[in-house]
Amino acid sequence: MRLLNLFKIAFKAIILNKTRTLLTMLGIIIGVASVIAMLAIGEGSKESIRSTISSMGSNMITIRPGADSRGPARGSGGDVQTLVFKDYEEIKNNTKLINYITPVVNGGGQVINGSNNWPSTIYGVNPDYLKIKVVDLQSGSMFTDNDVKTASKVALIGQTVVDNVFPDGREPVGQMIRFNNIPFKVIGVLEEKGENTFGQDQDDVVIAPYTTVQKRILAIDYLNQIMASAISEDDAPDAVVEVTDILRSQHKLSLAEEDDFSVRSMEELISTFSSTSEMLTILLVAVASISLLIGGIGIMNIMYVSVKERTKEIGLRMAVGGKGADILMQFLIEAILISLTGGLLGVILGLGATVFIEKFLNWPTSVAIYSIIVSFAVCAITGIFFGWYPARKASALDPITALRYE
Amino acid sequence: MNKEIIKIQDLKREFTMGNETVHALKGISFTIKEGEFVTIMGSSGSGKSTMLNILGCLDQPTSGTYEIDNVSVKDLSRNELATIRNEKIGFIFQSYNLLARTSAIENVELPLLYNSKVSTEERRKRAIKALKMVGLGDRLDHTPAQLSGGQQQRVAIARSLVNNPVMILADEATGNLDTKTSYEIMSLFQDLNKQGITITFVTHEPDIATFSSRTVVLKDGNIIQDTINNNIQSAAVELAKLPNENH
Ligand SMILES: Nc1ncnc2c1ncn2[C@@H]1O[C@H](COP(=O)(O)OP(=O)(O)O)[C@@H](O)[C@H]1O
Ligand SMILES: [Mg+2]
Repeated sequence: MRLLNLFKIAFKAIILNKTRTLLTMLGIIIGVASVIAMLAIGEGSKESIRSTISSMGSNMITIRPGADSRGPARGSGGDVQTLVFKDYEEIKNNTKLINYITPVVNGGGQVINGSNNWPSTIYGVNPDYLKIKVVDLQSGSMFTDNDVKTASKVALIGQTVVDNVFPDGREPVGQMIRFNNIPFKVIGVLEEKGENTFGQDQDDVVIAPYTTVQKRILAIDYLNQIMASAISEDDAPDAVVEVTDILRSQHKLSLAEEDDFSVRSMEELISTFSSTSEMLTILLVAVASISLLIGGIGIMNIMYVSVKERTKEIGLRMAVGGKGADILMQFLIEAILISLTGGLLGVILGLGATVFIEKFLNWPTSVAIYSIIVSFAVCAITGIFFGWYPARKASALDPITALRYE
Repeated sequence: MNKEIIKIQDLKREFTMGNETVHALKGISFTIKEGEFVTIMGSSGSGKSTMLNILGCLDQPTSGTYEIDNVSVKDLSRNELATIRNEKIGFIFQSYNLLARTSAIENVELPLLYNSKVSTEERRKRAIKALKMVGLGDRLDHTPAQLSGGQQQRVAIARSLVNNPVMILADEATGNLDTKTSYEIMSLFQDLNKQGITITFVTHEPDIATFSSRTVVLKDGNIIQDTINNNIQSAAVELAKLPNENH
């Protein structure tokens, strides 16, 4: 018996029972559509998180004083003074995987220009800072290493600060502002970055040489942070290990002692977020898979009814020469056709739903090709799996018993 | 001498129902030669259908031997039996057994679908030819619901012919039809028989038997009579004699 003939027979049976077939497919359709839409949402949010974090500098490594805040709490990082300028120098002189590095000291205060004032945060850094954070300037220029050496009172300001202390739209570069009553000359304006993933306004900053901020504003001799950037994204994890080793020996920590600082890369942050959204994706897909399973059971159910209803037909087919294998294939093909057609409609519906979600709900989505392929494969397997038993039952019928069945 | 198409020897068929055994066939033997038109008669429950089902390879005997076209059926597998049914036998049922909502031509094509030696065009050609032979050349696309009982039985006959079987087995093929239609069908069978097709026809109506060349009578699973009919009536002639109800 040629397969083509069996396809024709199975196709005909489906056409003769259009409504019922469509209702049977509904489970599969909804199952596949939800798998595709859920995966698109999962992938979309993962991608958007990744791209926002990357825009903050994907090679970035931050070193903070105090033990890793992810572990059990040991006092807040801000008060710990275990990070000093010597640490910065030590890393800078011994690293192979880091190309930019800056000490960071920061503190809050008032930015004042004439009668305008605005609460903001000042970051004391070195010229590497712009490279590490991947920020450009709208106007003016960055301060130099010489400004750092001489603790010059120069500053760069973000757009939010500009908007609030220069409300009349005057060009800020060249103007004088005061931060906590210390006068600074504005030498540049940072490019606008907007809010970061955590809702922080990245433009509400004042940047100045760390020497100036340390001595004149904060009056401290330790560092709040060291920021660095690995040569490449791939080097970031190794750079973290390298920095950790340098700092441990610099801090003379014995093997038993835990780090009194923490080193984290953006890469790590990305994967933390990705794994959260991956968990979510797995959950969504699990839910969707259950509906696919229910769809499969629906197919099995209808194939059972179909075999029962068509017992006489099966008997006749056997009487005119249909072999057990022909009958088996006929019902199997029927089940697979139903599930694959259901799968196809499900893919279309799923893609439609994805477009809807993106357009009208403004959620980021990204349709993964593999989700379509996997859905199809699952549909075919569902058809074979759930169609097999009823088909097997049909093929094992005795011709005369089947013919006599009422 | 014509060759033997069917040869059965001491054929028994028992059905076990719970702890009771029904002896449907109690050891029957006979042969049917090529070109014969045999009617099997007997009262209801005498074992006619049981025997025909065995002859048609739809059922297996409990004991005894059965040869069709010199092939011993006993040793055949399920698949081989299906092939015999497909290539050597045309079976006609009392209740027509056509596929519902399926056109006459597709119903007739059915046996050929299970014969991989027949191409699609060949299948169609042979189905049309068979339907023309039973006088339904203008009803190719009618579904069973659009055909009368007699026409449906003609489609079933066309279906039994389409594989060029060595014999046709009919189980009360006229049982659901009125006298006039029965005679029309019998006339068709006589024509087919004249063309050389061997026919075994089960009936319990004595007038039908007069159209055949031989009558075997069963009673309680035994053959009680096996006679050659020397005075074969023509169904066409008898049909003409019937009072015309249309006037
Ligand atoms: N599948 C079966 N199971 C049990 N008994 C059966 C079965 N088929 C036939 N019989 C019995 O065998 C006997 C002969 O039946 P059957 O061949 O159908 O008679 P006929 O066709 O001459 O009317 C009857 O007594 C019937 O009850
Ligand atoms: Mg009977």
